[in-house]
Amino acid sequence: MLIGVPLETAAGEKRVATVPDVVEKLVKLGFSVAVQSGAGAAANFDDETYRAAGAEVLATAAELWSRSDIVFKVRPPSLDEVGLMREGGSLVGFVWPAQNPELMQALAARKGTVLAIDALPRQLSRAQKMDALTSMAGVAGYRAVIEAANAFGRFFNGQITAAGKIPPAKVFIAGAGVAGLAAIGTAAGLGAIVRANDTRAEVADQVVSLGGEFVKVDYEEEGSGGGGYAKVMSEGFQQAQREMYAKQAREVDIVITTALIPGKPAPKLITAEMVRSMKPGSVIVDMAAEQGGNCELTEPGQSVVKHGVTIVGYTDLVSRLAKQSSTLYSNNLLRLTEELCKTKDGVINVNMEDDAIRGLTVIKDGTVTWPAPPLKLPAPAPKPAAVAAPPSKGHGHGAGEPMSAKSLAITFGVGALALLVVGLFAPASFLSHFTVFVLACFIGYMVIWNVTPSLHTPLMSVTNAISSIIAIGALIQIAPPLEGAGADRPNALILGMAVLALVLTAINMFGGFAVTRRMLAMFRK
Amino acid sequence: MTASLATVAYIGATILFILSLGGLANPETARRGNLFGMIGMAIAVIATVLSPRVTPAGYAWIVGALLVGGSIGLYAAKKVQMTQMPELVALMHSLVGLAACLVGFASYVDTSIVFATPAEKAIHEGEVYVGILIGAITFSGSVIAFGKLSGKIGGKPMLLPGRHWMNLVALLLVIWFGRAFLQAETMQAGMTPLLVMTVIALLFGIHMVMAIGGADMPVVVSMLNSYSGWAAAATGFMLGNDLLIVIGALVGSSGAILSYIMCRAMNRNFISVIAGGFGGGAPAPAGAGGAAQPAGEVTPISAVETAELLKEAKNVVIVPGYGMAVAQAQHVVCEITKILRAKGVNVRFGIHPVAGRMPGHMNVLLAEAKVPYDIVLEMDEINEDFPETDVSMVIGANDIVNPAAQEDPGSPIAGMPVLEVWKAKTSIVMKRSMASGYAGVDNPLFYKENNRMLFGDAKKMLDEVQAALNA
Repeated sequence: MLIGVPLETAAGEKRVATVPDVVEKLVKLGFSVAVQSGAGAAANFDDETYRAAGAEVLATAAELWSRSDIVFKVRPPSLDEVGLMREGGSLVGFVWPAQNPELMQALAARKGTVLAIDALPRQLSRAQKMDALTSMAGVAGYRAVIEAANAFGRFFNGQITAAGKIPPAKVFIAGAGVAGLAAIGTAAGLGAIVRANDTRAEVADQVVSLGGEFVKVDYEEEGSGGGGYAKVMSEGFQQAQREMYAKQAREVDIVITTALIPGKPAPKLITAEMVRSMKPGSVIVDMAAEQGGNCELTEPGQSVVKHGVTIVGYTDLVSRLAKQSSTLYSNNLLRLTEELCKTKDGVINVNMEDDAIRGLTVIKDGTVTWPAPPLKLPAPAPKPAAVAAPPSKGHGHGAGEPMSAKSLAITFGVGALALLVVGLFAPASFLSHFTVFVLACFIGYMVIWNVTPSLHTPLMSVTNAISSIIAIGALIQIAPPLEGAGADRPNALILGMAVLALVLTAINMFGGFAVTRRMLAMFRK
Repeated sequence: MTASLATVAYIGATILFILSLGGLANPETARRGNLFGMIGMAIAVIATVLSPRVTPAGYAWIVGALLVGGSIGLYAAKKVQMTQMPELVALMHSLVGLAACLVGFASYVDTSIVFATPAEKAIHEGEVYVGILIGAITFSGSVIAFGKLSGKIGGKPMLLPGRHWMNLVALLLVIWFGRAFLQAETMQAGMTPLLVMTVIALLFGIHMVMAIGGADMPVVVSMLNSYSGWAAAATGFMLGNDLLIVIGALVGSSGAILSYIMCRAMNRNFISVIAGGFGGGAPAPAGAGGAAQPAGEVTPISAVETAELLKEAKNVVIVPGYGMAVAQAQHVVCEITKILRAKGVNVRFGIHPVAGRMPGHMNVLLAEAKVPYDIVLEMDEINEDFPETDVSMVIGANDIVNPAAQEDPGSPIAGMPVLEVWKAKTSIVMKRSMASGYAGVDNPLFYKENNRMLFGDAKKMLDEVQAALNA
């Protein structure tokens, strides 16, 4: 099948859905790839590089859309582009079906299949490699710090130089999602003192692991809203949170806000009052600008100076790092393609049984399949260790779970029948030995289950040594007290066989115990 | 010593043997357990020799036989290398089997035994017959197992056409000759069917073990262990000796349980292992050929880079397999473990139940190299920890770390419990080449993104890693 990569048409979009390295890998999966001329230019990938990687370069968008079986895009397609799309073709990219109902209708009318990378069930660990939201958020978080550093008039790291002492910059990051965590890591890497806050208390460890300091809101409430997102908090909490933000705003040099609540406008965390309280020359980078901004004074898409504070409200942070974000995004798409094409024959198979694929698929053969039914698995299981402890300890008693009543009854039935047969036909002398035998089997069964698996080899060698008890049999044959009856006993023959058997068992007896001793002496703490 | 005293001594010996096996429950009591076994054996032998069943005329023979056999045994135990333990154990099983045969024949030709009723005579002869049958199978099977384990015979299963039918015919023949044997009027008339049965049993033992692949060897070794116990028990019935019966039953059930544990660890049915060949009826090489094509790219890594990764890790899990035994690499592994532990790296070992060629093989090797046993963990104990592990290092293992067992329901090893090394941040697989494991199944682990391949002889590569760690 032919994968088409058009030039992104959205204003200011510099990314491209597939980079030359990924083209090579797609070709290896059996696909052919076509790229619109100039598609990668803004991300520093020229047509020649695509050709060298095995892609065909097509001149116009119309040609590309009409020929491609599958189109890889970054931004949701415009309605014009949907018009170019071929009937029954497939589209992979950001779609945002909740925000774009008209687009969904138009796409459904093309009778194709649409995979929205933004609809991926992110809580599946298997889906992480395809999670473009995460990879893009990481890029944005990095770029946000770079933008802040650009607008900020000082070093990030503290220095003591001949010309005087420079204090390190203090950075406060609101929201420790993927973008926030990337920002923490980047700012800490530049040498700043980094503090961060999130309504979800469980991210505190992650903040610390990246070199940040977690600032708690002095109020008890759990902010996890499922699926790894935050939820709207109570009024009491918000009051406490505002006080904490106000305090941070007075102390820090740089504020980076990343707070988003799915399907709602961004929460206003930084009031105009707080901006006024900040030191002149401070910087706010509002990563939520596209959803209205976390700061009251943010102007989306602009960088403005208000009350002496630079407020960066760029909505294209990811696009400002086009080469990096394109590479990551196209790797996400490559992983997705691998999932779709497990046979590596260049044909995609949209398997609706697969939870990850099911979530992604918003339109299947012209039918809108969005939203996908919720996944059955509970988000991250709270205490997996407690659940996983009891089953199959390897060596308890027997096979772990008790036998079902039916198989138990069958076992007992067969056993009773066997005993009945023995009891009917065997003479008394046999039965006493038989009793001993059966009981010994049970003792062996009980004892052996307690042996630790690491000692299975010594167990075998010791049981082997013990089985040379057969020597007793040889011993009593060597020179029994003969009383008349054994007149025609072939003494020499029996003696020969018995002595040979005794030699063999003696090898076993002494060798077995000695080697076991040797082995056991090696086991030490 | 009177007969009653001998019997009481036997009871004491029996208790000591049971305590001996019970003592193996953990490494601390295991040494004492072995000592109990030795004392029990000494008591049993001495009590028998002094009992009225042995006259002083035989003492010289007995002492001589014990001296000869004992010195051979002690010499072998001293010389054997820990990597050769499976061979030694298999060889020793064959001795027990052969001894059981000899005792059986001797008992049959012994005319001094008198029977009260014809039924008792029939039972005795039946016991002789069964004892020799089990002994012969144990003997020839163990010899073949020894050959396979020591590499004298190829490890691939030898699958004759219609082998199940051959086994069935052998069984029917054994039953038929058994009838003829029991109906024989004189000893001479009975000897022919007895000898024919012995030959059939020997052939059956050979055929059974020949048909079993190298990866199933742990099952075979523990199964033969079990047989040697049943042979002893059968001899006990034959001679009317309760001590033999008890010990035979203990050993027999011990081997049976071990076989069961091994089969469960491979998610295989006991019958299908014994029936031979991977995947039951289908000829194995053809079935595996389709699946064994390399798929995807592997990422190689050098010994120096491996050392870097290990140095930077906090948690390391080492998964040894038969390759470590072959390359005699356990001492280097221990040295590397020591260096890393000195650097504060948490190094542990994950042992699959069927790693190696006999149950617990890897534990013995690591113990030999003085790896402390409390960092050597079982599969169930360590599998949960892989997600928090930075580096998992697989040394000469393949099937036991194959994710296809969990991910691909069509795989021949589907459902077999495996060590989930791929869940670690990075896994490193040491391997001589890209050849598939004993199961002949390709391993998707090698193509995983977070997996690195360190090609070369395990010993040589680990030496280099150790050098790089010290540098």
